[in-house]
Amino acid sequence: MSLLEIKNLHVEIDGKKILNGLSLNVEKGQVAAIMGPNGSGKSTLAYVLAGKEDYDVTEGDILFDGESILDMDPDVRAAKGLFLAFQYPIEIPGVATMNFLRTALNAQRKARGEGELSTPEFLKRVREAAAKLDIDPEMLKRSVNVGFSGGEKKRAEVLQMTMFEPRLAILDETDSGLDIDALKIAADGVNRLRSPERSFLVITHYQRLLDHIVPDVVHVLSKGRIVRTGGKELALELEARGYAEYQDEAA
Amino acid sequence: MPAVQETVDQVRRIDVDQYKYGFETKIESEKAPKGLSEDIVRFISSKKDEPAWMLEWRLEAYRRWLTMREPTWARVDYPKIDYQDYYYYSAPKRKPTLKSLDEVDPEILETYKKLGIPLREQEILAGVVREDGSTPSRVAVDAVFDSVSVATTFKEELKKAGVIFMPISEAIREHPDLVKKYLGSVVPVTDNFFATLNSAVFSDGSFVYVPPGVRCPMELSTYFRINERNTGQFERTLIIADKGSYVSYLEGCTAPMRDENQLHAAVVELIAHDDAEIKYSTVQNWYPGDAEGKGGIYNFVTKRGDCRGARSKISWTQVETGSAITWKYPSCILRGDNSRGEFYSIAISNGRQQVDSGTKMIHLGKNTTSRIISKGIAAGRSQNTYRGLVTAHRKASGARNFTNCDSLLVGDKCGAHTVPYLEAKNSSAVFEHEATTSKISEEMLFYCRQRGLSAEEATALVVNGFVRDVLQQLPMEFAVEAQKLISISLEGSVG
Ligand SMILES: Nc1ncnc2c1ncn2[C@@H]1O[C@H](COP(=O)(O)OP(=O)(O)OP(=O)(O)O)[C@@H](O)[C@H]1O
Ligand SMILES: [Mg+2]
Repeated sequence: MSLLEIKNLHVEIDGKKILNGLSLNVEKGQVAAIMGPNGSGKSTLAYVLAGKEDYDVTEGDILFDGESILDMDPDVRAAKGLFLAFQYPIEIPGVATMNFLRTALNAQRKARGEGELSTPEFLKRVREAAAKLDIDPEMLKRSVNVGFSGGEKKRAEVLQMTMFEPRLAILDETDSGLDIDALKIAADGVNRLRSPERSFLVITHYQRLLDHIVPDVVHVLSKGRIVRTGGKELALELEARGYAEYQDEAA
Repeated sequence: MPAVQETVDQVRRIDVDQYKYGFETKIESEKAPKGLSEDIVRFISSKKDEPAWMLEWRLEAYRRWLTMREPTWARVDYPKIDYQDYYYYSAPKRKPTLKSLDEVDPEILETYKKLGIPLREQEILAGVVREDGSTPSRVAVDAVFDSVSVATTFKEELKKAGVIFMPISEAIREHPDLVKKYLGSVVPVTDNFFATLNSAVFSDGSFVYVPPGVRCPMELSTYFRINERNTGQFERTLIIADKGSYVSYLEGCTAPMRDENQLHAAVVELIAHDDAEIKYSTVQNWYPGDAEGKGGIYNFVTKRGDCRGARSKISWTQVETGSAITWKYPSCILRGDNSRGEFYSIAISNGRQQVDSGTKMIHLGKNTTSRIISKGIAAGRSQNTYRGLVTAHRKASGARNFTNCDSLLVGDKCGAHTVPYLEAKNSSAVFEHEATTSKISEEMLFYCRQRGLSAEEATALVVNGFVRDVLQQLPMEFAVEAQKLISISLEGSVG
């Protein structure tokens, strides 16, 4: 059984149709890349999967582990192991990153009926994860994403992903804003988490990320639906030829 | 439905169940007859075994009060109060002066236990060790139940340091010179309608004197509890920090849930002499009334600190979450040269609560400085007003003030207002004022929820971040308590 099954998904916002009969499966342990032109609906798909409420799902279904999650609140989905690394991470003034991580992690654990992590155990995990991602522990004392550089925000997202150990991680352009070294560090962070039990949906515009995170499968999203699926070489082809032919196909 | 809308709906659904301190203690009490008259004032005074001068003082206040009018300038709206419909004195039956805690009615001890307030010194001293390895800090507590103080802890240890911490009723008898000298010296008997009423009928409260050069060895704290029906609470607190001394004081308040409105009109006076510092923190959690605005405490409070000496410092920190009506402006008179006043406030209103609160910084001495940080959070159908006055007297050369007022709206049925008055009669005065009003952002809430927080937890987290600058001003122990309180007061029914 696939970990994620998206069936004929139609999504509107303010009456404007954005996803248009999108179907897609992600297998357990699979790394699936999603590529597609600006405005094709990639972030929308990510938000709908995570349960953002401004979107109207007019048709279709999303199954996570065989269960429809359409009616579930975002926090319930998070506790089930769905994680979204935001394309534009949000700033929360006055809330220390460390405190945020801990509060969120414990909320998820509680929802799953697991006990809270002890302070030493939590600190140990954060420090280890931060060190591997080359994040200065001092940064974790600062408010969530406030005053972080573009690259720091993205690395902080990967840190959260590492801490939460999700079953499905959706990375929405986590590579944008990262310099070459940081890209490698973040990609390594993702690769360390790869396991037969964990799946990834990696949204990106660039082949260079996929050099580091080698996908099992590449989907092309255009005008709100998947228009082509292929192996990792499809990304190279797209890089060479662009999306022109798919935009026509979808129309 | 957008996340913020849902939060709003949940917050709107808040009802009385959310108030965790609304239980009633069943004890017998002794009351003065209902209503107010000279006889009642005499009754209160005699109950407290007061000397004649104190009675005279009260009677003068009472006569003055009869000529005064209730103020109407605040942005609060409530039915006319019938002052003859309240009890002005209520005491748990049994001796009001107690030798040891064992003489306190077990029901009352139970009440404080339920409120999480430790009255038994031995328990604190036994050093309960918490999960995180810390031991609770030792805090001396004075507990006031309706009109009388029922227990004061750590008296002996404080005495060793020379600190006087006792119910004011006792201080009037035991330290009449100090009381005579300072009572009414910051808030004159004639100050305002509610303060004058308090002067006539105040029943109990705390008295603190810290002698020169002494740093009070522990936090002092008073917990006020209104239990009786239709009973007004008029506590009076007087804190004197003599030259070069330091004291940190905290008050907490709760009341049972009642359909009718209870009246609370306190007066707090602080005096800081040369180089002395007083830190006064409040966690106010009186019953706010139900979602429709039925019941709740009317809180009309006069709090004022006098930085009487040079280089003295007074700071007010308040976390206001309760009361149906709040009318409260803790102020500083910056009389001594180079003195400093601070006001840090978090005021949360929900349901139908109405808050009109702020501060006054009155710069009289040279090079006096003041700082105001106010965070107002309005949810439900509440109205939340910050009202502040900063003045610099003609002679207050070099006066400086910094004011920052931020308001956060949760939903669109509530209101936040900022009413700053600035008056500089000295051209060298520098006043800075910043104010912002924002709505809790849907994007922020969604981000938090994606990470596993429920709508309520997300709202509380964002609000806690919004008020962090002020929370940091509270003593550690109380910061944690305040943080929980903030979450509770924003809680809706889970769903
Ligand atoms: N709140 C909104 N209101 C109106 N239109 C929206 C809203 N959110 C997204 N859209 C529109 O939906 C379309 C898809 O947007 P989306 O952000 O999903 O694209 P994307 O594939 O992630 O693009 P990019 O590669 O630029 O990140 C765009 O045309 C966008 O303008
Ligand atoms: Mg996008």
